[in-house]
Order: sequence, then C-alpha cells, then structure tokens
Amino acid sequence: MSRLRDTVLPPAATFVLTTAAAELGIRAAHISPLLLPTPSAVARAAVAHAPTLLPALATTAKAVAIGLSLSIAVGLVVAIALSTSRFVERAFYPYAIFFQIVPIVAIAPLLVIWFGYGIRAVVAAAFIVSVFPVIANALAGLLSVDPALRDLFRLYGASGFARLVKLSLPWALPSVLVGLRIAAGLAVIGAIVGEFVGGGGLGVVVLEAMRQQRTDLVFAAVLHAAGLGLALFAAVNVASHFALRRWHSQEDET
Amino acid sequence: MCAPTGVEVRVSRVSRTFRTPGQPDVPAVESLDLVAAPGEFVAILGPSGCGKSTLLRMIARLDRPDTGSIDLRDAAGAAAPRDALAYVFQDAHLLPWRDVLGNVALPLELQGRAAGERRDAALRAIERVGLADAAGRHPAQLSGGMRMRVSLARALVTGPRLLLLDEPFAALDEITRQELDDQLRALWADTGATVLFVTHSIAEAVFLAERAIVLTPRPARILLDHPVDLGRARDAALRGDPRFARETRVLYEALRRGAR
Repeated sequence: MSRLRDTVLPPAATFVLTTAAAELGIRAAHISPLLLPTPSAVARAAVAHAPTLLPALATTAKAVAIGLSLSIAVGLVVAIALSTSRFVERAFYPYAIFFQIVPIVAIAPLLVIWFGYGIRAVVAAAFIVSVFPVIANALAGLLSVDPALRDLFRLYGASGFARLVKLSLPWALPSVLVGLRIAAGLAVIGAIVGEFVGGGGLGVVVLEAMRQQRTDLVFAAVLHAAGLGLALFAAVNVASHFALRRWHSQEDET
Repeated sequence: MCAPTGVEVRVSRVSRTFRTPGQPDVPAVESLDLVAAPGEFVAILGPSGCGKSTLLRMIARLDRPDTGSIDLRDAAGAAAPRDALAYVFQDAHLLPWRDVLGNVALPLELQGRAAGERRDAALRAIERVGLADAAGRHPAQLSGGMRMRVSLARALVTGPRLLLLDEPFAALDEITRQELDDQLRALWADTGATVLFVTHSIAEAVFLAERAIVLTPRPARILLDHPVDLGRARDAALRGDPRFARETRVLYEALRRGAR
C-alpha cells in the first residue's frame, strides 16, 4: 500500500497541478482555442469524439504491436547472427545502423509506394524506427557473456545451440529489455508518421483535425498516442520486473 | 565407496606465448615439466600474473600449448575423457537466472544426462558442500562464500577425477576461506581425485597440499617442487603448529628468490 502511495502519488500530483495551472493560465491569458485549447476543452473533445478516437487508437495500436513484434523477432535474429563472429559483425553492423539514421519522415512516402496505402506501410514504418535499438542492445548483451561461463560450457562439451539457449540469450535478456523499452516508444512515433502518409489510425485523426482547425481534437489524438506509448513502456517495465526479479536480491525482498 | 583413482597429469616441455599484433609477445609458460600422480593434491604457487592460470587452462584444454604436450591418463593408462575433469574459477561465475539446484545440475545437463539423475546428483553435491537448505535460492540471495560453495558443488557434480582450481577462494574473507579449505581437503580425501590448486597464498598451499610447486614470474618455470610433509589428517589446529610454520618458511623463501 505504501509502495503504491510512493510510486503513484507523486506523478499523479504533478499531473493534477500542471493541468490545473494550464487550465487557469490559458483562461486568464485569453489564448485562442485555435492555438492552445484548455485541458477541459481537450477532455470534452476526447469524450465527444470517442467514437472516432477509440477505433483510431485500436488501429494504431495494432500497427504498433505488429511492427514492434517484427522488430523483436528480426532484431533478435540479426543480433544473434552478428554475434556469431567478429567478421560477420564488422561486415554487417554498419548497415544495421542505417535503420537508426534513416529519417523516417523522408522515406515514409516510399513505404506507401512499396506497400500501398493501409496498415502494411504503417507497420513497416513502426518496424524501421524500432528495430535498431533491439539489434544494438541485444548484440551488446550477447557479446558481454562472461568468458568464464563460455569456458564452462566448452568444458562440458555444450553444443553451440545449447550455449545460445542456456547461456547467451538469458545473459542478454536485461539488455534486450532495455532495447525493447526504447523500441516501444519509437514504434509509436513510427506508426503515427506512417499513418500521415499511409492512412488510418490516430495519424489520420490528427491530420483531419488540423485541416478542420480543431486544435482540441489534435491534442486529444496526440494524448491517445502518448497514452499508447506510455502503456507499452509500462508493459515492458512490468515484464522486466518479473523476468529479472530473481537476478537482484533487492527486488526479492520487496 | 570404491573410490576410482584420480587422473594422472603429465605436462611435458610445455610453452605458451601470447601474441597480439603490434604489442610485444608475452611468454606465459616456458618449457615446463610437471607430473601429478593419480590422487595427488598439488598446490601451484607463484606471483600474480605468472602464468599459473594459463597452465591450468591448458590442462583443462581450454587453451593449447604452442609446444610440448599435456597428457591426462586414467588408472588403466587410457587417455582420460574430458568429462573426468572439472574446473573452479576465481569467482563463482554462476548463472544468475538459475537457482542453486539449477546451477549445480548444469554440467550434467550439458552432458545430456537424464533429468532425474541430474537432480539426484545435484542434490548430493549441494549437500556435500553444506548448502542443502539453499537449493532453491538464487545466487543474488547468497553470500560470497555460499556462492563459491555452489561453484564447488557444480564442479563436483560430475564426479571428476581431476579437479582444477584457479585461486578459487582468493576473494573471500579469511574465516570463510579457511572453512572452504577444510571442506575442500575433506572432499579430496573422500573422492580420491587428483587436485591441482592454483593460489598465491602460501598458508593455503601448505594447509591443503601434499606437494607445493613454486613457479617463477613470467614466463612460468618451476622454481621449487616441495613435498608438504604434514600427514593426511589436517585440521584447523595445524595452522598453529611449528611444522606448519616451517613449511611455510620454505615456500616463502622460494617465492622471494623468484621475485629477485
């Protein structure tokens, strides 16, 4: 109970205070709702447009989920392949960085050309921006395996597969989860950008609302997207906690 | 228990030099000869970084000598199989995601033994090192000394005929270290395995071994090969015995000679 109070209360208090301050500040300064709607106006827009926003959120969430799953699967396979030899790593890693530096906004139209309008282009955008952190962190984890434990596995004649499954992958798990935490946030960004050009989901709601000068609805849609990113981030954190709780004695005692 | 005897270790004219491009060669071991009889407890002493670990790794076939040969033979004179040997590292090196039982059973698992057999053997090994109550705990919940015990149990679980220990208790406090020394000595007496124990502690070498070998600083060569004449039964009281001090002095003098 006290743990809940310690972890939930401070951010909740910040939220209430900043929202109240924004509400009062915007009203007092008479800022046009076209520029900056009050939090209450955003909340009213969210409720009024719930029939639009919620399905859009579901569409975006689906694209993010597929894109992120692809990133995890492809990222892990690529990282395992890169970790097998120095040569392979040197030959291919520089090209993996391509995914990190590619400006997703610039290539999003290309994705529509390749995959057509719809969820496939959006998934591709979410995948492209989120795969690199998975590769980079998984690779770092796989390469950091304790040399003494490698020796131990050699000593008992372990196969390469046994070493991968029983040593390298579990050893890399904390790094993989760090990568996943970063990837989750990026996948939402990628999906929204993808939707700007590929259509569907919250990205389209934002564009439509902007054209109609419904700034309150733009905010409402953006908040839905942020909520999605936050939920994924929290999910990864919860997964990390349960996956790693045995590794650290402090967490055992709580 | 009809104890099968330990493995005979025969190291002949072994040299090993580490070469890194762009850096001077580091000769770790040079033309070293060493024979350990089956069931013998040999302590290998030497200054830090003198190539002791390299020697041990080569005996474990984790590294290869540049020249010379290393022969491991069982009582019948046949080449000893690789699973006759176990290695204990400087630190415990346990898998943090596995409990004590899972860590100790790991070598049997990698050798492809059946699950039931693994569990029984692992529980016996855990009991042997005095950790029966901790079988379900994870490494993060154990003290340094307990972790080292788990590491020892993991080495014992396959019933090795040759036990290689590389400064295993160096990081532990003195009391824990002496406890583990006592335990190791008892385990050796029980199992009849050959033990090669690398250490830089003279007192530990004298207390544990039947024979102490002092190596020179890099490259490692044998400076002194000294039988430790303190009988088979050894207990904590021995550490205060004048004979213990005498043996210690002999090794100390040799180490000092080597340092010059």
